[in-house]
Amino acid sequence: MSIDGASTASATALDATSAAANRRDVLHRLLMTLGPIVVALVIAGCILLAVGVDPLAYYGYVLERGLLSMLGIQQTLTRMAPLLFLAAGLIVAFRAGMWNLGGDGQFLLGAVTSAASAPVLVEIMPVWLAWICAFVIATVVAAAWSLVPALLRAYHGVNEIVTTLMMTFLGTSLANVLVKLIFRDPGTTVPQTRTLPVEERLPRLFDTTVTSGLLLGIAAIVIVHLVMTRTAFGLKLRIVGANPRAAVHAGLSVPGLTIAVFAISAGLVGLAGAVDVVGVQGNVRADWNPAYGLAVIPAVFLARMNGFAAIGFVFLLSVLSIGGESAARRMGVPNHFTLVLIAIVLIVLAIAEYVDHRYNQSRKA
Amino acid sequence: MSSRASPSAEARDIVALEGVTKRFPGIVANDAIDLSIRPGEVHVLLGENGAGKSTLIGMLSGLQQPDEGRILVDGRPVPITSPRHALALGIGTVFQHMMLVPTLTVAENLALGGPWWQRPRTGELEAHVAEITRSLGISVKLQARVAELSLGEQQQVEILRALLRNSRLLILDESTSMLTPKGIDELGALMRRLVEKGLAIVFITHKLKEAVAFGDRISVLKLGRKVGEIPPERFRSLGEEEIIAEIVALMFGRQNDESDTKERPVGATRTGIAPSLQVTDLTVAATDNEPGLSSISFDIRPGEILGIAGIDGNGQKQLAEALAGQRVAAGGSIRLEGTDVAALSVGERRRRGLRYLTDDRLGEGTVGTFPVSINFFLKQVGQAPLWRGGLERRGEIDKRAADLVREYDVRTPSLRTPIARLSGGNIQKVLLARELAEGAKVVIFNKPTYGLDLANTLASRQRIRDTAARGLAVLLISTDLEELLSMCDRIAVIADGALVGTVDNVDDARTKVGRLMIGLAA
Repeated sequence: MSIDGASTASATALDATSAAANRRDVLHRLLMTLGPIVVALVIAGCILLAVGVDPLAYYGYVLERGLLSMLGIQQTLTRMAPLLFLAAGLIVAFRAGMWNLGGDGQFLLGAVTSAASAPVLVEIMPVWLAWICAFVIATVVAAAWSLVPALLRAYHGVNEIVTTLMMTFLGTSLANVLVKLIFRDPGTTVPQTRTLPVEERLPRLFDTTVTSGLLLGIAAIVIVHLVMTRTAFGLKLRIVGANPRAAVHAGLSVPGLTIAVFAISAGLVGLAGAVDVVGVQGNVRADWNPAYGLAVIPAVFLARMNGFAAIGFVFLLSVLSIGGESAARRMGVPNHFTLVLIAIVLIVLAIAEYVDHRYNQSRKA
Repeated sequence: MSSRASPSAEARDIVALEGVTKRFPGIVANDAIDLSIRPGEVHVLLGENGAGKSTLIGMLSGLQQPDEGRILVDGRPVPITSPRHALALGIGTVFQHMMLVPTLTVAENLALGGPWWQRPRTGELEAHVAEITRSLGISVKLQARVAELSLGEQQQVEILRALLRNSRLLILDESTSMLTPKGIDELGALMRRLVEKGLAIVFITHKLKEAVAFGDRISVLKLGRKVGEIPPERFRSLGEEEIIAEIVALMFGRQNDESDTKERPVGATRTGIAPSLQVTDLTVAATDNEPGLSSISFDIRPGEILGIAGIDGNGQKQLAEALAGQRVAAGGSIRLEGTDVAALSVGERRRRGLRYLTDDRLGEGTVGTFPVSINFFLKQVGQAPLWRGGLERRGEIDKRAADLVREYDVRTPSLRTPIARLSGGNIQKVLLARELAEGAKVVIFNKPTYGLDLANTLASRQRIRDTAARGLAVLLISTDLEELLSMCDRIAVIADGALVGTVDNVDDARTKVGRLMIGLAA
């Protein structure tokens, strides 16, 4: 019996069974996503045991500080704002098959240029317009920074993984140099940019400390998701990502789309930096590099580049990183243990995918 | 039955294939093939791309397992489970693409694959190599890096490697495709010396002249079947011309079981009408491993089918892609209904009615993971009425896709099924629907029935005839002469990127085209 055998006559029967199949599919997806996370928590727990920390106490503390305490949840939600923009930028690139790994450089350049411009702009224009201008500046600078890898990839086929990674080293250094040499606040002894007064930062939500950047981040990632799945432009990008030769055959301008993807992706990443500075930090200190760019990549992969799922995983990442920072101070577990945990999740996930694939293969054979 | 029935004859075979069949989704790659491979013989497997040569080699070298039939080694049926196993049985393969490590020296490459816990025994290796090379009259620079060697020298190293493993049967897969004429002659001489030492050689090629020059026995493959064999006795008794004639008859001759041979009424084209497509002096630069096009000129009138015949790899793909705009032309003009489109993009040419149905259905024709419905409209993304203001209108897309599924009889479980799960024939129907959509004026079909089963082949051919009957101009590129003869008004023959002749499809077209294809004047 081949697939050909199922003709339109049996289409109605197929519809009836497809609902059940759909449910099974969703359940399977859920299991394939949450299962590895649980396994990874166990493995990471073993590592904690090995270094003499009680894993249950650690997880409990992370959970309390990142999620359950009032202060913790507010910090977590605030942390989500830049991470959501970063995730949105990565989704655009990854879905188009382009691995923009230069997030940190683009993020910092966006952060520094907005930090340099916002305090000046608020003096000469309404505060809302100043925010918008700072956002635009950050977006344009980060997008321009991605032009080198974009052009190399579009016209010479140079692997963008290598070029964006190299550009990220240059970008973080350049951001540093800008803070120390050009945008340095003469009023302080520490090398940092001028500080945006708290009352001129993005407003906080209600009576909490949560930044309204969170709403902007959610809007950004939802818009990106809809653009990628519902518009002609998004479909073109997905064609380029799934089969570049088919894109050429279909008459799409692959070099043009490549440059657009890099610009949008880097622009959103730069915007993440601006939202963090204008909303939360207020300035950029020299040598400041939160390295969000690399931390978000696993979350985007776990979400399988789906925007809505990415919101969930970014939340999880925020809980872990806020809770992990507190736990680091309290229990002496290094801050980077959060990344160790996420790395273990990814490895377990890859193994689970492989086993699942082999199982499906052997069942078919 | 093998060893008992006729021990004397069977005992001579190093390897024999009995009724070997191999299927891939949508394609029967090998269909009940019998083959006997004997020591002291160069056995040529001759056939075009897609005839099933590579699959056959894959099974002999342990990369693939036959679905039916069996392989006998020394008269005993043995499943060849892996390339390592094949080597242990004495079957060495030199693949089309070099399998040496370019940064290592020749000696290091030859020592690869030995036990990992030992240092390579260089002295022993050198002595062994010297012995073999002396008896063959070749010289190999053991200390040279492989990257510094010419392709011909690299090939000698590969052959040497197979001999070092005591291979009794050497398989050479398209070994001449990357060699210079001098390299080819040297390879021929080397093969002769090897078989004189008692080795068996299987030599795969699609070049007729090499087959005749180097072979002792020739088996001709066509569309997965073995359509004929010329044994050594017959080979010796015939002159070169006669052998070529016989092979041409085998390769391009009429097959009894092809029911689709009704000739298209010729003369239906109206000579008075202006041509839809006029190509003048179209030139494409050659690349390192692909031929270019030199000064191609032809024209096609509305309702006419012009065939392009030729052995595969002579510039057919380049021609199709240059016309569609996917490949940069170095010169010449392409006039679509009088206007030159040579400077326009792929998308613009399509909008003006020039359509290209690719032969690479999964590689570039479709996006395998996307649903069938979207694949219908890959070339219309963003255009009304399926998209409005850049937004996808799913209802419209599904409705239109459902219409096309019905109209073109695409057998698919649903519109949402990823297209890669469909059979080749059904994918082809999707592509046909896409290219023949409203606005088509000139359609280029590149190997439209390649790899399809008979029913789908017939359906596709009927679609193409209908296309011409609707008044469209059709360029039909095919390596199947039978197909061209049954459909075209005129047939042009392409060889080495140039059109070497155009023949009206009348009584003696078969012979004329066949002779043009192998480089003889019509």
